Amino acid sequence: MTSFTLNGKAVSVDDDPSTPMLWVIRDSLGLTGTKFGCGMALCGACTVHLDGHAIRSCVSPLSRVAGKHVTTIEGLSSDNSHPVQRAWIELDVPQCGYCQSGQIMSAAVLLKENPKPTDNDIDEAMSGNICRCGTYPRIRRAVHRAAELAAGKGA
Amino acid sequence: MSSATLSPKRTVGRREFLKTTATMTSGLCIAAYVPELGAGAHELAAAGSGVFAPNAFVRIASDDSVTVIANHSEMGQGIYTSLPMLLNEELEADWSKIKVEAAPVDPAYNHTVFGVQMTGGSTTTPSEWERFRKMGAMARIMLIEAAAQKWNVTADSCHVDKGVVVHAASGKKATYGSLAEVASQLKPPANIPLKDAKQFTLIGKSPKRLDTPSKVNGTAQFGLDVRLPGMVYAVVARPPAFGGKVSSVDSAEALKIPGVRAVEQIPSGVAVVADRFWAAKLGRDKLKITWDDGENASLSTSKMTEDFSRLSATPGKIAKKIGDPQNALKTSAKAITAEYDVPYLAHAMMEPLNCVVDLLADSCKIWTGTQFETIDRLNAAKAANLPPDRVVLNTTLLGGGFGRRANPASDFVVEAVHVAKIAKAPVKVVWTREDDLAGGWYRPKWHDRFAAGVDAEGNPVAWLHTIVGQSIMAGTAFENFAIKDGVDSTSVEGAADLLYGIPNLQVDLHSPKIGVPVQWWRSVGHSHTGFSVEAFLDEVAHLGKKDPYELRRTLLAKEPRMLAVLNLVAEKAGWGKPLPKGVGRGIATHFSFDSYVAQVVEASVAKNGEVKVHRVVCAVDCGRAVNPDIVKAQMEGGIIFGLTAALKTEITLENGRVQQKNFHDYQVLRMFESPAIEVHIVPSEASPTGVGEPSVPPVAPALCNAIFAVTAKRIRRLPVRAAELAESEAKS
Repeated sequence: MTSFTLNGKAVSVDDDPSTPMLWVIRDSLGLTGTKFGCGMALCGACTVHLDGHAIRSCVSPLSRVAGKHVTTIEGLSSDNSHPVQRAWIELDVPQCGYCQSGQIMSAAVLLKENPKPTDNDIDEAMSGNICRCGTYPRIRRAVHRAAELAAGKGA
Repeated sequence: MSSATLSPKRTVGRREFLKTTATMTSGLCIAAYVPELGAGAHELAAAGSGVFAPNAFVRIASDDSVTVIANHSEMGQGIYTSLPMLLNEELEADWSKIKVEAAPVDPAYNHTVFGVQMTGGSTTTPSEWERFRKMGAMARIMLIEAAAQKWNVTADSCHVDKGVVVHAASGKKATYGSLAEVASQLKPPANIPLKDAKQFTLIGKSPKRLDTPSKVNGTAQFGLDVRLPGMVYAVVARPPAFGGKVSSVDSAEALKIPGVRAVEQIPSGVAVVADRFWAAKLGRDKLKITWDDGENASLSTSKMTEDFSRLSATPGKIAKKIGDPQNALKTSAKAITAEYDVPYLAHAMMEPLNCVVDLLADSCKIWTGTQFETIDRLNAAKAANLPPDRVVLNTTLLGGGFGRRANPASDFVVEAVHVAKIAKAPVKVVWTREDDLAGGWYRPKWHDRFAAGVDAEGNPVAWLHTIVGQSIMAGTAFENFAIKDGVDSTSVEGAADLLYGIPNLQVDLHSPKIGVPVQWWRSVGHSHTGFSVEAFLDEVAHLGKKDPYELRRTLLAKEPRMLAVLNLVAEKAGWGKPLPKGVGRGIATHFSFDSYVAQVVEASVAKNGEVKVHRVVCAVDCGRAVNPDIVKAQMEGGIIFGLTAALKTEITLENGRVQQKNFHDYQVLRMFESPAIEVHIVPSEASPTGVGEPSVPPVAPALCNAIFAVTAKRIRRLPVRAAELAESEAKS
């Protein structure tokens, strides 16, 4: 058994410790908001937070998270109130939406570490997340907007 | 396009057979009736429960909730918002009470033009422009009638206001929900007049997308997210060469992986079924399979390029001929020839293909993100050896489609039915990214040979265009519809229907048969003709010493809508104004899916040949923009999609094997490469036309024309190769 904290709750799973976290989260624990896109840390669709850092869960074995805190998109807020979610809704960022869990989880860590990112900062932090629908221009605007919302510059 | 015949089982009651037929102004006949009962989550409430379902497209419950049943799939294009907008423009319910549900498979939901239930061709909003408004109006008329009867007043003396029927004279009010029970007993109206466009209160505005909240918190359900009790998982080892077969399988090591339940051959390869996806994948890694590659063992795209080029020098089947282009070419003042080449392309949706099947002795339930419900159900029924009405197909959200999820053979659905036969439990078949990229059904590889001549003033007088590439329609249900006299219209679209006034023109076509499965890919034939035609036109402008924008203006003199779009983009982009040193500007137009698009790209080329796209300005006339912000989003997305094809991606084959594996060797545009994009919509009162695809075709040529402006180097082969641009810089 491997034990860790998932979205604030203690969980234990008996998957083989080498199993990628993506599949533990999706198939064993039933949280499907975290997406499979490539399995090689190339697309970012599977991004989750491990002790507050963005990781690609598709290449992170279960053994890596033992005793640690994992946050998935489901744990970001209970009511779409996280500034990144609010900005995403305000600018209607998603199209198909499949990559957006990963985009949002990457953006949330960016803003935590850098509350006022420049366009270059956004390029660096967000270029690991692919979107085939081409929502990049809106993601860029929404990250800036989320920074404003987080700083208390509301609607 | 042939219309598949289905016989949905109908059981009880008058409401589910309430059928209204109306002849639309477009000449199309619509039939709207409540669909088959008992279709999974779409079960209609029994009579007396207070649910008002006047037609197949809307249900109003006693709690005032309004459910719009969407017969087209949501794959990012925003139709789970634009379809409810059309319906609610007439229904006038409280917008915040609207929910959307995917339609079950039923002829009531067939495409008004294509005759099967499907999503594609940038047609959702244009094809439903009248039907969805009629369905909303029908419901509103009946709700008003219900209130009028209840209050013993005339319907004319009542009006509606955000989901409430109001009798102004008496001050009486009733919510739609409170009237649902009574309205459900009424007969539908014979006449359903629609609002004049001047009265629109929703169409033309940009309410927020209804699907956004679920797409920012992980609750949106894609096919890959479907979970059933007792469900198992499967992956399939497919032949490395298209059409290959299994010679022998050694599954001993695979079966030793904990969780692996079964390894068996199916028609498309070898299926590994396990308790979890990861176990299935590990099991597949351990398979020892000897393949018989079959007749495609030696396919090579580099050899194809040579073959296509040779073929393009011979006459093909005539798709279009105006005047005497051969003679006009001979007598022209100056002439030019060029060959263009574009590769096979994968759709590479972010959600890899997948399908869940629950197969029992007498029924088959399917959950998948598909664009092709009618065809998938028929093909699944065949594979399951069941009548189609025993197959229930549930459409989930699609994590991108771009055409791939409208597969003429229903490949990912049929295969999952075969896997379900051996799984002996509900099963989810998952394609890995590698499976998806190597799985075929690509945008075809194309080769274009041009010759053109200009007169002494530099105006084009002759245009000859020979196209070589596989037909995507041959062998599909749409063959008779799309192929006339040996010419697949989708191979020559965007080339044989040029808006430019060139007096002598010929377009001819070769359609070689090659064992690589091909199909439609966002913007279909326009994805190659948009590039080759607009890039070659730039060469012709240069030959005739004309400004590329001015030449297009001259040639579009008789096309006012495209001319307006062209002028708008030139104005907004500042055509002719100075640019920073090293930055070039290129322009292109393209007419597709009945919409007019023009784009200007600003780009620079580094010493090492790396191209940077700084800015893309886009103008579009898509008729009336139902939701302008969604139109803008589609233009933005199509531009990024087109830039990926221009700069990044190609599928190549050697020894019959696809060379690309994952996003490291099939790279797509990322945030740091994404340019600033501006979209300008031409105001229009014409009926809506396509928006999902038309911004894809012009961006590659506008980019390559910009590269020429800054390097004097013509790009005639996609994707753009930095090495070629770097080399040319070194020489110059």
